[in-house]
Amino acid sequence: MTQNGAPQPPLEHVIETKELGIFYGAFRAVTDVNVKIRRNKISAIIGPSGCGKTTLLRAFNRMNELLPGTRVEGKVLFDGQSLYEPSVDPVEVRYRIGMVFQRPNPFPKSIHENVAWGARIHGFQGNMEELVESCLRQAALWDEVKDKLTQSGLALSGGQQQRLCIARALAVQPEVILMDEPASALDPIATLKIEELMQDLKQRYTIVIVTHNMQQAARVSDYTAMMMLTEDDSSGTVIEFDETNVIFTRPRNKRTEDYVTGRYG
Amino acid sequence: MLRKTFESELQGVKDEVLRLGSIVEQTILDSVSALKKRDLKASEQILQRDREINAKRFEIENTLMILIATQQPMAHDLRLLASSMEIISELERMGDYAKGIANINLRMGDQPLLKPLIDIPRMAEKGVDMLHRALTAFANEDVEAARAIPVEDDEVDALYNQIYRELMTFILQDPTTIERANWLLWVAHNLERVADRVTNICERTIFIATGEMAEIKATDDEFWKGRKAAG
Repeated sequence: MTQNGAPQPPLEHVIETKELGIFYGAFRAVTDVNVKIRRNKISAIIGPSGCGKTTLLRAFNRMNELLPGTRVEGKVLFDGQSLYEPSVDPVEVRYRIGMVFQRPNPFPKSIHENVAWGARIHGFQGNMEELVESCLRQAALWDEVKDKLTQSGLALSGGQQQRLCIARALAVQPEVILMDEPASALDPIATLKIEELMQDLKQRYTIVIVTHNMQQAARVSDYTAMMMLTEDDSSGTVIEFDETNVIFTRPRNKRTEDYVTGRYG
Repeated sequence: MLRKTFESELQGVKDEVLRLGSIVEQTILDSVSALKKRDLKASEQILQRDREINAKRFEIENTLMILIATQQPMAHDLRLLASSMEIISELERMGDYAKGIANINLRMGDQPLLKPLIDIPRMAEKGVDMLHRALTAFANEDVEAARAIPVEDDEVDALYNQIYRELMTFILQDPTTIERANWLLWVAHNLERVADRVTNICERTIFIATGEMAEIKATDDEFWKGRKAAG
């Protein structure tokens, strides 16, 4: 809010990192990352195994600190505010910046409860039935589960479970959804459904996705961050961040070129 | 090296484009030579060669489609395959120009040439020489050469302009020569188009090597400047 109380227009970049470094104990996993994640766009993070993609993603909602000994240097700004200030509640951060993991991990509860639970804990006061339906619709799952909301979430197929996890993330009304290889455990049809769903979701949310699948990054994302190990090979960094079209048709960095054309390694 | 197979398939595409190019080069030269000698049989053979060029173009196009579908090329590789698609289409059209010249010879039947051909074979040689070097630049991804070759289009345009003026003089002196003059004008026009399309090939080569997609120079400039000057 501004001083006179008028709401400010949302910042163009919902997340911005400044010289971000991430450490696991003494080990430096990520070095000097400066990226700006644009609102209502899909940004992909690609790169070889072990270059710090997931570590970077998890720094966007303070998920790394669930591991003891993790620390960050530099800054992560969310809507212009530093996420790592002592006054910031990491639980609140994770509501506003939700996450979907590689393997679908629904709670061993009903489909309905999977969506309702987080919202209830978060103090949701509205009409829960409407919320559950809205989230399941947004996750393109409603038509498949509307007649079996009381059944266990674990009884769904892998692709449906992953969409249930997305619906669950939406229930607490986040601004950003982080996706860590959300389709890597799914078959091609379920993968395409998730990809289609992402295009719908970006109208209302900002999505950051880590993927090993370059074609997936090329298909779904608007922006792509190319991560690589730094020259001394010990920690990862973003070597190029640009529109996805540029990264996959005329990247500026030779190492990006080698990676996207399959000549890396 | 990762993707060794794909690497060799990419090289294979370049080789095939060069092969198609060399057939087109020879066909253009032969079409003009057949006209010069009024050799109708040779022109019949050009028509057959054009069908072979078309078939070869489809064959390469099919290979390109398969590579794009199965290898998911990115960055330079994607630019090479997409540009090759464009280049083979340019080559196929050049084959059509040679066919056009052959058809003119056939339609002329037993009528003699309006004049001995001097500048028309020069245009053909110049255009084919440019094409040959443009294809070499494509194969080597030689940006410098690709930028230099289109400038030579002015020479072809100047020859075209000269032929045009000469044929107009014939027509003015004796209007009954209109048809025969017109035939030669078509021939010259076809050759002028060959050189224009060389420029397109050079633009693609620059795109493959650098990712820069830009027109090198507008076509027809010199010819139309020449026409304006001639009043």
